[in-house]
Amino acid sequence: MNSLYTILVYSENIAGVLNQITAVFTRRQVNIESLNVCASSTPGVHKYTITCYCTEEMVKILKKQIEKRIDVLQARYYTDEDIFMLESSLLKISTQTMLENPEVCRIVRHHGARIVEVNPTYSAVEKTGTTEDILELYEDLNRLGVVRQFARSGRICITRDTREYLDEYLAEREKTVES
Amino acid sequence: MKQRITGAEALMRSLSAEGVKTIFGYPGGSIMPVYDALYDYTRGEKKAFDHILVRHEQGATHAAEGYARVSGEVGVCIVTSGPGATNTLTGVADAMLDSTPIVVIAGQVPISALGTDFFQEVDLVGVAQPISKWSYQIRHAEDIAWAVSRAFYIARSGRPGPVVLDFLKNAQTEMVDYAPEKVGFVRSYVPYPKLEMDAVQAAADLINGAKKPLALVGQGVELGNAQEELIAFLEKADIPAGRTMLGLSALPSTHPLNVGMLGMHGNYAVNMKEQECDVLIAIGMRFSDRVTGSLKTYAKQAKVIHLDIDKSEINKNVKTTVAVVADCKESLPAITALLKKGDHKEWRESFKPLDKKERAKVIEPAIHPKEGPLLMGEVVNTVAEATQGDAVLVTDVGQNQLFATRYFRYPKHRSICTSGGLGTMGYGMPAAIGATFGAPDRTVVCFMGDGGFQMCIEELGTIMEHQAPVKMILMNNNYLGNVRQWQDMFWQRRKSFTRMMNPCYELIAQGYGIPYEAVTDRKNLAAAVAKMLATKGPYILECAILEDDDVLPMTPPGKSIDEMQLELAPPPTPPVREGRPAE
Repeated sequence: MNSLYTILVYSENIAGVLNQITAVFTRRQVNIESLNVCASSTPGVHKYTITCYCTEEMVKILKKQIEKRIDVLQARYYTDEDIFMLESSLLKISTQTMLENPEVCRIVRHHGARIVEVNPTYSAVEKTGTTEDILELYEDLNRLGVVRQFARSGRICITRDTREYLDEYLAEREKTVES
Repeated sequence: MKQRITGAEALMRSLSAEGVKTIFGYPGGSIMPVYDALYDYTRGEKKAFDHILVRHEQGATHAAEGYARVSGEVGVCIVTSGPGATNTLTGVADAMLDSTPIVVIAGQVPISALGTDFFQEVDLVGVAQPISKWSYQIRHAEDIAWAVSRAFYIARSGRPGPVVLDFLKNAQTEMVDYAPEKVGFVRSYVPYPKLEMDAVQAAADLINGAKKPLALVGQGVELGNAQEELIAFLEKADIPAGRTMLGLSALPSTHPLNVGMLGMHGNYAVNMKEQECDVLIAIGMRFSDRVTGSLKTYAKQAKVIHLDIDKSEINKNVKTTVAVVADCKESLPAITALLKKGDHKEWRESFKPLDKKERAKVIEPAIHPKEGPLLMGEVVNTVAEATQGDAVLVTDVGQNQLFATRYFRYPKHRSICTSGGLGTMGYGMPAAIGATFGAPDRTVVCFMGDGGFQMCIEELGTIMEHQAPVKMILMNNNYLGNVRQWQDMFWQRRKSFTRMMNPCYELIAQGYGIPYEAVTDRKNLAAAVAKMLATKGPYILECAILEDDDVLPMTPPGKSIDEMQLELAPPPTPPVREGRPAE
């Protein structure tokens, strides 16, 4: 059965790793739903947050195939219960319509979104939350025909676990090199 | 101590520091600084390497593979950018699938030209990444010492594989304060996973309780140099062992616990018994589809113990009961120490009637035919008998490979070079060249079909120039025989483009000055083989083979391995096609 998995990958900061990671998904015919790449809290280590729908058997295979790439430090997979997660979104809406239709502002407030810019032509709205929160806001506004642009980030997350597996791995490797 | 030298010279010193002796290569524009440095390093005072000029870059990679396979060292190729680099990709992919340690160093356009579609520019790292163990672009001369040492460390350690270095031309000419480096640790790469004693205990418990254990021996045993440890393990628990095609020489074929070759065209008994054993112990093998047949039915009755150094192989194809992820040089003795002395005579004896059946129906007719044109099996058998003991077997791909691997003998380790995973036609001849440099004291025989012989035929030039003592046995049936066999078996005998017009190989041999003999008559075969083996240097022995000689037994593709056929099913009725008269 397919479920949504979030895969966290940590790699050395070397050019071309992203290509190698995405190629693993392509080969196994798994679509990447979202992808976020950024520097991690460990200097020199990059963090990739990838979501995809697949079976648990497949996500285990993906994890191992990703870890097989030389410059990948660690790959672990999680379900939504295992993580704190967020996505960000930005919407560009018509100021004119917003002023004409009070419903627009009501929806923005109702969804806990923020208006970050208002000028005579357009206004910018920012919303952070889960995928569902963001899509609901988008759909509600879109129904009123005000949305000119919509952008949604990939998922970012931190784990709920009390253990820090990357730190453990790096400490273990440090020990190996010393001995 | 640091010295100021060019990047090209730094490469020479780095290769020398890695113990490289032989380089297979082909020069070109973007690698000229390296070739200029190589000029000094292949002669006179500075001599450190032999450079073998191949005739096509694909040949360089296969030669490096053959060299690596028989010697256990890393094979090295140097080529130019663009087409030189892309020509190596088949060999890189081949080495990846067959876990063969090679390092390909390709020239690349200078840094200022990168990405501009410069002459002979190709994004080599981009195209090589998915088919190599590691690919890296050396952009400046100061990276050379580190990158080259890292490349060799990655290629040879853990599960070996190909590494590609994309070497920018500016990095070859820049001056650098060179000091050798030795990479023996990469933080993100764990080549030798720590042996888990719980897994060892669980594996030993399963084996101790087994009534019908069966071991599947793969190339991992050779790569881990664990041949002795394997024998101790098998003998203590009295476990019969089948070998994969790449693992054929990991266990001497003369060993009493050897029960033959696994796979689609392997031995009958062991294929049947994989479906009967209660504990299956896979050692350094990856459950390739050519071994397992249909996974839906494969060894479902058995508990599976999988010993592999690469954790990504565990549960990839076959569900494992106990996984022991470690170098088998370490895991085998650890398990052996916990084993009870086993006795599975009855189980082992149960292979014999099936072996007898295969011998009568398949082997005897293949190796001792009484009449008709020559058969591939008898040619292989004759060569195997004449070379008893020391020869390295190299094969091309196709029927020649299946017959050769079935009927050759493997008393010594590291005695087989064949393209198992990628199935690369054209692999044989260049790999055999590499093998003659990797094992200069051994006889190297290379079986090829008329298809594969022509696929890297240009390497006859390399053989000629270096007088590489490759004993080439060309088994000519005027067909792309393996595909022809499948067409006969599964495609209603519609021989679509498998019949092939052949050149006069005698004239070709003459052109290259390579001794040649043709055998058409069975009674001349043994003498011709003896003459070939007695002749110093290269030799081409062309054997005129029965056109529709079929490799048996065979598990039809996608079928369960216990559906292995010892004889050909009666020909299927051709479908009636509209507007086309039936043949």
